[in-house]
Amino acid sequence: MASVTFSPDDRYNAFITTLSGAETGPGRLSGIPVAVKDNISTRGIPTTCASRILTGYIPPYDAHVVTLLKREGAAIVGKTNMDEFGMGTTTENSAFGPTLNPADPTRVPGGSSGGSAAAVASGMVRMALGTDTGGSIRCPAAFCGIVGLKPTYGRVSRYGLIAYANSLEQIGPMARNVEDVSLLMEVLTIHDPRDSTTIACPYRHTPDPTIRGLKIGVPEEFFGEGVDPRVASVVWEAITRLEAQGAEIVTCRMPSMAFALAAYYVTCTSEASSNLARFDGVRYGPQADTRRTWHESFQEQRREGFGTEVRRRIMLGTFALSSGYYGKYYAKAQAARQQVRNDFLRLFRTVDVIAGPTMPTVAFRLGEKTDPLSMYLSDVLTVPANLAGVPAISVPCGTSEGLPVGLQVMGQWFRDENVIDVAAACEQGVSS
Amino acid sequence: MSATPVTQPANTGMAIDDEVIVGLEIHCQLDTKTKLFCGCSTDYRDDPANTHVCPICLGLPGSLPRVNRKAVEYALRVGKALNCGIAPEAEFARKNYFYPDLDKGFQITQYDKPIAVKGYLDIEGDDGEKRVRITRVHMEEDPGRLVHKGAADRPKYTLVDYNRAGIPLIEIVTEPDLRSPKEARRFLNKLRATLEYLGVFDSEKEGSLRVDANISIQPKGWFEREGKGKADRGRVEIKNISSYKGVEKALTFEITRQKNLIRRGQKLESATRHFVETRGVTTSSRSKEMEQDYRYFPEPDLRPLRVCDWAMEIVLPELPDARRARFMEQYGCSPIHARTLTGELKLAEFYEKVADIDTALAATWIADTLLGELNYRDMSITLVPPEQFRELLVLLREGSVTDKSGVEVLRVLLDQLKETGRCEGARACVDRLGLRIIVATPTLTGEDPVMEAAKEALAEQPQAVADYRAGRKEALNFLVGQVMKKTRGCAKPGDVNKVLADLLEEG
Ligand SMILES: [Zn+2]
Repeated sequence: MASVTFSPDDRYNAFITTLSGAETGPGRLSGIPVAVKDNISTRGIPTTCASRILTGYIPPYDAHVVTLLKREGAAIVGKTNMDEFGMGTTTENSAFGPTLNPADPTRVPGGSSGGSAAAVASGMVRMALGTDTGGSIRCPAAFCGIVGLKPTYGRVSRYGLIAYANSLEQIGPMARNVEDVSLLMEVLTIHDPRDSTTIACPYRHTPDPTIRGLKIGVPEEFFGEGVDPRVASVVWEAITRLEAQGAEIVTCRMPSMAFALAAYYVTCTSEASSNLARFDGVRYGPQADTRRTWHESFQEQRREGFGTEVRRRIMLGTFALSSGYYGKYYAKAQAARQQVRNDFLRLFRTVDVIAGPTMPTVAFRLGEKTDPLSMYLSDVLTVPANLAGVPAISVPCGTSEGLPVGLQVMGQWFRDENVIDVAAACEQGVSS
Repeated sequence: MSATPVTQPANTGMAIDDEVIVGLEIHCQLDTKTKLFCGCSTDYRDDPANTHVCPICLGLPGSLPRVNRKAVEYALRVGKALNCGIAPEAEFARKNYFYPDLDKGFQITQYDKPIAVKGYLDIEGDDGEKRVRITRVHMEEDPGRLVHKGAADRPKYTLVDYNRAGIPLIEIVTEPDLRSPKEARRFLNKLRATLEYLGVFDSEKEGSLRVDANISIQPKGWFEREGKGKADRGRVEIKNISSYKGVEKALTFEITRQKNLIRRGQKLESATRHFVETRGVTTSSRSKEMEQDYRYFPEPDLRPLRVCDWAMEIVLPELPDARRARFMEQYGCSPIHARTLTGELKLAEFYEKVADIDTALAATWIADTLLGELNYRDMSITLVPPEQFRELLVLLREGSVTDKSGVEVLRVLLDQLKETGRCEGARACVDRLGLRIIVATPTLTGEDPVMEAAKEALAEQPQAVADYRAGRKEALNFLVGQVMKKTRGCAKPGDVNKVLADLLEEG
């Protein structure tokens, strides 16, 4: 078996682990270096979730998507940096230090798949796997100026993805162009019965930029308060170009946007508080202190092993699920989530896809977002797709202040092909 | 129950009109080949620790559960057999708490959408047939097991074995309909029989059944009036009783303890207690455990199960009540024999393997003799080869051995089985021990063993002979006894009487 030499100049701190002699074989991805986000299990290769609590953990098995990459001959050259357990929008919350944005190294690459985005944007790899719980593929794709797809929930197996918020997240492809994203998507959608939340719906598609007659819904809320007018105008120009290419633009409303963010944060922190309970030092991670009682030792372990943002979200989620508050928070969030789904259902009766900006702003400066709430607010445009489970892509559509701006296109459930086609049309519009 | 003098007005004491109220929560391991959410084998007993594990049942990061359909089918069988309603949709939920035997930091169980609700099981109660209501049946995974090293009270360190983690369990919850420890035991026996008839449970596997029992003593009629309302007297939950006998013992102990408290006028607080099997007592456990907030929420990695249609396709096998009726009808068993013989699946199957020899003889020998001998030796019926028992029944029916000898042979065979797992043939055993009935021949030639023994007895007991001749007829009984002794019980009493009478007449 041949191997691919990979000795990158990782000046953006995109990687947590790099592998110099990655193996490659025959297949559709033969010889292509691919980076994998470090929350996706790789047999024999440390998988850290950018957390100290997983120090020393080497998975004994491959995630389903990693098996698929290997089967197609891809060379897995490294594990990329991220916000700890995927909790963040900047890739600053990493035990391995922040990743820098190749488009402007004084700025964040976005998160949480910031390492994957930077590795692709800087040209170190042609493709990468990211994961998207509330925008974690699309945000860094937009900030770094690449293409990133969050597939329909249930289209790509999560087996081997270290869970942050199971009901929201998907693994998805990131690359510099739509064609590569589409190619990677073909590889990732081979069905896996080990993930009970998936259905067999393989993606076999060649991007087709012909969008004549396609109806694109543009919700007013995506251009509302908090969205930088300069970003909004770049996105509007892109939408206008799509109209010129033959698409029909329909402005619409998405009232559930008012509580989508709250529903998202209650859901993801609740699930996280339970998912992250297993990190107690008994089976893996740093050895527990056996001189102390088990309760003392695991509490200390968790206090020291988790970063501030992770501890904050565990506490929020624990609170939201606790008796007496469950109805007020978790149950209410699920009701709100249903309203988001209903909004999409209603809109998709009249439009084929929904478009708007991916992020309200361009990439932040490193260290700029200090209070968690303003950070959470920047997810407002990406979380609706996760709450509803619909496919959503971010594709570069221009620049503002010299920094990349992403157009977000959301499609109907299991019509990832549609958002790929619109992204291809946008790409064509930008390059021409 | 006896009434005790009331010393204080506020103290009602355990009066004659108090009653015991018991409800049970039973955890049973379902006898599937693989675990509930992964492909690991469930046959872990006697194997080294942590050899029946995989990323899923170890809760390794990134692994996902996948429901074992067989386990769901088994649980549905139980739900149907307990006359429960099956909801259109059942759902798994997470029960969150920290414990080293819990590899994921949560247990996958069912919360507000269990697989079956509102059923009943009829048992033989203290006052005749009784219907015990079933609140719910739900599925969950067993946690791992802690192994403490060093002294029992102050272990040096503790190891965790995850072989048991992920074994499918069902939890069956009853309404507080039981009124005595005996009823509780009868309920458990009937439940166990039902589960075994369904082919979903193997009671012989160690730790396959664990029971929590709720018990309180309330004024008679309180439960019917108030139901689950607030009682003056608290309710005690006895946790983790791991044997059938233990349940009856724990409840009996707890009743005495509570009665004594009531008698002394002390307030009965609600509490959780542990049953110490070796000492037969319950001990107080930290009340903190009751305050746990498990933060249940739907398991996001599993889809809800559409179980209603599935349940309709399930055809139940013959259950204990039906088999009991059939035994009475088909084999003419008495109601008591029919109940005993069908009370355990293996016993009922054993009976049907030998009943053709003589239905009544087989029923009597199994229910009245074999069962007692097995219990005495703590042996299972499965160890007894039906062929040997058939041979013994044939010998008994043809009159080749007396009942007394039959019991002796049975004991010898069971001892051999217990020792070596094998035994000689019943016929061979009879011959080896010389237990075949001695038939007296009507000649007085002295070649006949009965005649030999009778002559010997008369020679040895001149006083008895003299007494008999003097008209004291009871002396004959003494002489018969002597002859029986000499023939080691193998002669027929009728023969002995006749031979003795002839000899005495003659002399
Ligand atoms: Zn397993």
